[in-house]
Amino acid sequence: MGERVVEVRDLRKSYGELEAVRGISFNVDRGEVFAMLGPNGAGKTTTTEILEGYRTRGAGDVRVLGHDPAKRERALKERVGIVLQSTGIDPFLTVTETIEMYAGYYPSRRPTEEVIEVVGLTEKRATRVNKLSGGQQRRLDVAIALAGDPELLFLDEPTTGFDPGARRNAWEVVKNLIAIGKTVFLTTHFMDEAQYLADRVVVIADGLIVAEGPPASIAGREQMRTRIRFRLHDGAPDPGDRVHRLADGTHELQVEAGETTKTVHDLTGWALDHGLELEALEITLPTLEDVYLQLTGSEVGT
Amino acid sequence: MNDVALTARQVRYTNRAFWRNPQAAFFTFAFPLMFLVIFTALFGGGTVIFHGLPFNQSTYYVAGMSAFAIVTACYTNLAISVTFQRDAGILKRTRGTPLPGYDYLAARVAHAIMMAVILVAICSAFGATFYHATIPGGIALLETFVVVLVGAGSFAALGLALTAVIPNADAAPAVVNATILPLLFVSGVFIPIGSNAPRWVDVLGKAFPVRHLVEAYLGAYYGKPFFDFSWSDVVVVALWGIGGLLFAARRFSWEPRH
Repeated sequence: MGERVVEVRDLRKSYGELEAVRGISFNVDRGEVFAMLGPNGAGKTTTTEILEGYRTRGAGDVRVLGHDPAKRERALKERVGIVLQSTGIDPFLTVTETIEMYAGYYPSRRPTEEVIEVVGLTEKRATRVNKLSGGQQRRLDVAIALAGDPELLFLDEPTTGFDPGARRNAWEVVKNLIAIGKTVFLTTHFMDEAQYLADRVVVIADGLIVAEGPPASIAGREQMRTRIRFRLHDGAPDPGDRVHRLADGTHELQVEAGETTKTVHDLTGWALDHGLELEALEITLPTLEDVYLQLTGSEVGT
Repeated sequence: MNDVALTARQVRYTNRAFWRNPQAAFFTFAFPLMFLVIFTALFGGGTVIFHGLPFNQSTYYVAGMSAFAIVTACYTNLAISVTFQRDAGILKRTRGTPLPGYDYLAARVAHAIMMAVILVAICSAFGATFYHATIPGGIALLETFVVVLVGAGSFAALGLALTAVIPNADAAPAVVNATILPLLFVSGVFIPIGSNAPRWVDVLGKAFPVRHLVEAYLGAYYGKPFFDFSWSDVVVVALWGIGGLLFAARRFSWEPRH
């Protein structure tokens, strides 16, 4: 296990009557991409802003790079980069000027050209901020956070409001950060984002952590059943007891982890023996979304 | 970098952004000069009585607009612009960097003072060229300079303090104008307050800092026999500034107010 970059013990925070965070604990290790996944209002931003030093905690213990962030020490801020949920950049400076202005606050810094390249704004480096698209401004947000060569980067819902193409681009930016060895604390309410980027995920719902683990196996995901679906034309023989016919006429078969290959083999063998075509054959592993909906089910969509 | 170097560096970026914002640059710079031309064109031919002596109104307006320029550059512009930056999340972002908050605000204030000094210089040159307002020398010039610096610093502090009560950027111009326009009218900026002014205007004006700024400026810039320069006016302006600074230190918000 690597060095602890973030340590949180029994963190609590209330706003008046509302308990936004109700006692959560987790660690983030150096070099890791840690994602906090949860629906809106789950307590993600509150937790993040406590770690960033914007909010004071109600109770519990928080350490970021060995510091208490509530003290707002300059020594800590020099080692951390923050991408807030909403962007806020002076509209009248250019991309290069903006990055250089922020870089000047830090004792160590990355070369401006390199930072611009990491976020893919090279062609826009002489453009004023108010002429950038929303997605480009978001990338500039990341560039600013990188300018001081931070050890730890906070990304609070970095792709909310992006179109799918822009999200893909943003993910590549984060992948680049990982490649240069940054520790990343990410919050998101997109399952695919956590799946694609994170080494480890905590799912937070209603101020509590409901699951923690790598995206591939969180909450027993690898133990969940694989779903096989297909269609048969009318008059085909009965495929057997294990196959259920769904309301839309699709046949579905659910198998335990580790049985998928054999089951598919048996099924296609059976179809070949009978001269049948398994139309629209689909094999679905349980997605992180399935896990997430199961874990946060009562809070989602209400 | 130490605080002074960080602040100086920040002033340069503030200045660059300022000149690229056409509204800020226009309203801060064009307004006082425009008003100077309009007021002198309308009322410049008349005279107003000070200490029993007739004083040329167009000459008077050079001082009035210099005071107005100080208020515009420091109070009005700073309060609106900082509120905008707060609501846009720029202040919050800055707060997350190692740049100390007071360095950032010191840079904003220093830049506003610089703008005020430049504006007063332009008004003075304009006045000397067109309105017989001779630029003083020696001690009087030094006194004028002190009045400008104290006035600019104090109104900048009051501008920062005001942001703490402005709910959002949309409301900023309305709140700023509601607080300053009536004072500008009763303080001798747009209308000279001569010896024959109503008593309530006199009393009301002297309760607030704008009138003292105008009096101090007139006293320093033109002096006797029409005006008396009194350090007490400068002290009153400075005390308002200190009050503004203390209020801002306690109540200034780096994040949008909800």
